[in-house]
Amino acid sequence: MSQPSTNDTTKSLDIRSYLDADERKDLLRLLTAGSVDDGKSTLIGRLLYDSKKLYDDQLAALERDSKRVGNAGDSIDYALLLDGLKAEREEGITIDVAYRYFSTNRRKFIIADTPGHEQYTRNMITGGSTANLAIILIDARKGVITQTRRHTFLVSLLGIKHIVLAVNKMDLVGFDRNVFDAIVADYRALTDHLGIDDVTCFPLSARDGDNVVRHSPRTPWYEGPALLDFLETVPIHADRNFSDFRFPVQYVVRPDLNFRGFAGKVASGVVRVGDTVMALPSMKSSRVKEILTPGSGELVSHANEAFPPQSVTITLEDEIDISRGEMLVHPDRPDQGDAAQSKNLPHIGRLFTTMLVWMDEEPMNTDKQFFLKHNTNTTRATIAAIRHRIDVNTLEKKEGKPFQLNEIGQVDIHTAKTLFFDAYSDNRQTGAFILIDPITNNTSAVGMILAPIDEDTLASDDVPTLDLPRLGITAEHYDAVERAVRDLSRQGIEVKLIK
Amino acid sequence: MNTSYHLSHLQELEAESIHIIREVAAEFENPVMLYSIGKDSSVMVRLAEKAFAPGKVPFPLMHIDSKWKFREMIEFRDTYARQHGWNLIVESNLEAFRAGVGPFTHGSKVHTDLMKTKALLDALAKYKFDAAFGGARRDEEKSRAKERIFSFRDQFQQWDPKNQRPELWDIYNARIHKGESIRVFPLSNWTELDIWQYIRLEKIPIVPLYYAKERPCVEIDGNIIMADDDRLPEKYRPLVRPRMVRFRTLGCWPLTGAVESNATTIEEIVEEMMTTTKSERTTRVIDFDQEASMEQKKREGYF
Repeated sequence: MSQPSTNDTTKSLDIRSYLDADERKDLLRLLTAGSVDDGKSTLIGRLLYDSKKLYDDQLAALERDSKRVGNAGDSIDYALLLDGLKAEREEGITIDVAYRYFSTNRRKFIIADTPGHEQYTRNMITGGSTANLAIILIDARKGVITQTRRHTFLVSLLGIKHIVLAVNKMDLVGFDRNVFDAIVADYRALTDHLGIDDVTCFPLSARDGDNVVRHSPRTPWYEGPALLDFLETVPIHADRNFSDFRFPVQYVVRPDLNFRGFAGKVASGVVRVGDTVMALPSMKSSRVKEILTPGSGELVSHANEAFPPQSVTITLEDEIDISRGEMLVHPDRPDQGDAAQSKNLPHIGRLFTTMLVWMDEEPMNTDKQFFLKHNTNTTRATIAAIRHRIDVNTLEKKEGKPFQLNEIGQVDIHTAKTLFFDAYSDNRQTGAFILIDPITNNTSAVGMILAPIDEDTLASDDVPTLDLPRLGITAEHYDAVERAVRDLSRQGIEVKLIK
Repeated sequence: MNTSYHLSHLQELEAESIHIIREVAAEFENPVMLYSIGKDSSVMVRLAEKAFAPGKVPFPLMHIDSKWKFREMIEFRDTYARQHGWNLIVESNLEAFRAGVGPFTHGSKVHTDLMKTKALLDALAKYKFDAAFGGARRDEEKSRAKERIFSFRDQFQQWDPKNQRPELWDIYNARIHKGESIRVFPLSNWTELDIWQYIRLEKIPIVPLYYAKERPCVEIDGNIIMADDDRLPEKYRPLVRPRMVRFRTLGCWPLTGAVESNATTIEEIVEEMMTTTKSERTTRVIDFDQEASMEQKKREGYF
């Protein structure tokens, strides 16, 4: 096991080589979950502190604050580093998601620090949506408790691939191996049940720093790495979906008549110059002419391929009318022969079943038409059916009735516009959406799609139709009408045009 | 798995920022990019240029001129905007300026309230901007660490830290009612080192005040203040001495402390930053007005 790396040696390093090395580091986003009592903020403070990224004046302010409201007696209260807002500092709890940044010689880290209270499920969901890894904190004296189950369920719901179980306060149980082993066994029973396979467990004392950045002599029986060492090296690259090309068109770049570029972020898969791509929903195909990526030292440069999470601009050989909200995909897998087997399209439809987390003070209303935002698409949507709710404490299913704030369950959603989506478990980028309240504009709920539903159950066409010839509108006005319809579509209101 | 499909942290941050900037251009009718002329703004502006290249950036740049900015900043701003084809809007609180408001006579609080916050709010209202980009980073300051990338402001431009919209994945809720707006922070996840690293790699021009040079300085309340123009009060004038200094942040010259430095290249600046003991905002005098002062200002509409 290599030594934990800190920035100790920076001063003596040539700064240029330091910067060159820094440039190549990758980024790990991590979520921490646990309650105030588990020492979560202390652990984060310790990671930040020990990785030498705390500046002196932040420390001085901390010392001053510790004397006023600290909970750690005479020693520095690391938790105060993290609790930013004035109001909550007085309440003594973290109420929202706070982001922290630190780096070591091997990696850069973004920590989303979220609270553990039940009423703040929505904050943990918010903080965890982009995380590669989650740290679940447990107090060694208490073991796996209801809250642990809740947090772990949320982590599995968010599709976070790697879990770290931080068994904290080992000092208070005498660094007893049996205590640790029992907790780990309990926890693995839970994660097996949830189908999470990547779990790594650490015996820690965040307060004293045991096994945080250095292997502790007080746990000679523990043979794994220190936490920071693990965080620096856990491979996350393969977590992305590189196989199913999905490119939601975000913006059309059209500086002049000779250039029409489709700008967006590659949601998944890899696309190369020359690939045949298909636009959804028109199903028109063309070939990729150019891929423009942000240049280095210049605004754009040409690339042969693009992959997630790059933001690129794609031009096509043929002039196809594509606008925001549409999607470029591979009509089939380029590497595979058998056409029937090789279809690689997302689900295309207006009805799907999904996990939903209610984030709004205002309870769910199934009569309401929400705005649904999925990738670059916005459409009207209704909750067509509530299948069940989940008790996040017992993980049991409950009767399906409208969700209250922080409730989670399975519902069916019906959209006005056709969406191009995948199951969240296959594709975190194209399987996620948010529901926006049309009156308050609040983000009322967030969803992780499970599967499409056959649309035969739907009324064939409930989209309003403008039959231009029948309305006596002449061809010279078509452009203007089309523009207006596109504008409405952008706002989530679908109108069908007949010319 | 082909490991060549790999982005460095900076490329990942760049991709994220460009995605945010494009999203705003697509979702809002009348966005504006607020330009402070500082290093973060310089990076944000470059990212906007990249986001729409080879097309033009579809929104203007706006600078709120407090009338007390360093002269080199104004010069840099005008040259940059001209050379890069930006539509530049400059707005000031002329009423307060004509009434003689300034940091020396009215103190930093009144000056900031009138010449920065009020000027900004008036300008946003004047042009009816529905989205405004700012170059703030979450690692700068504690209250910013909790702010969303799309930060909702009510019709009074106020931020409510306890009532923020949940923000998940890269799906941003851009819906607002008339009169409301969104402040957008595409650099939220960048750190100070990331900014310098990017400026270095991309060779982004920055105001020369960031580099050390001998400048006329006077010590006021423990801060090294550069005598940038003849509005320095009489009593300080005899105390002005040339000192080798540079600035870690840029703002109104009487409110921006310099640091003694010999750093004349980005590498030297970074080296100094990594070995220094003060985080960047301590050279910004306005932060010391009151505890949690940035949070207070943000609630009132200041960035």
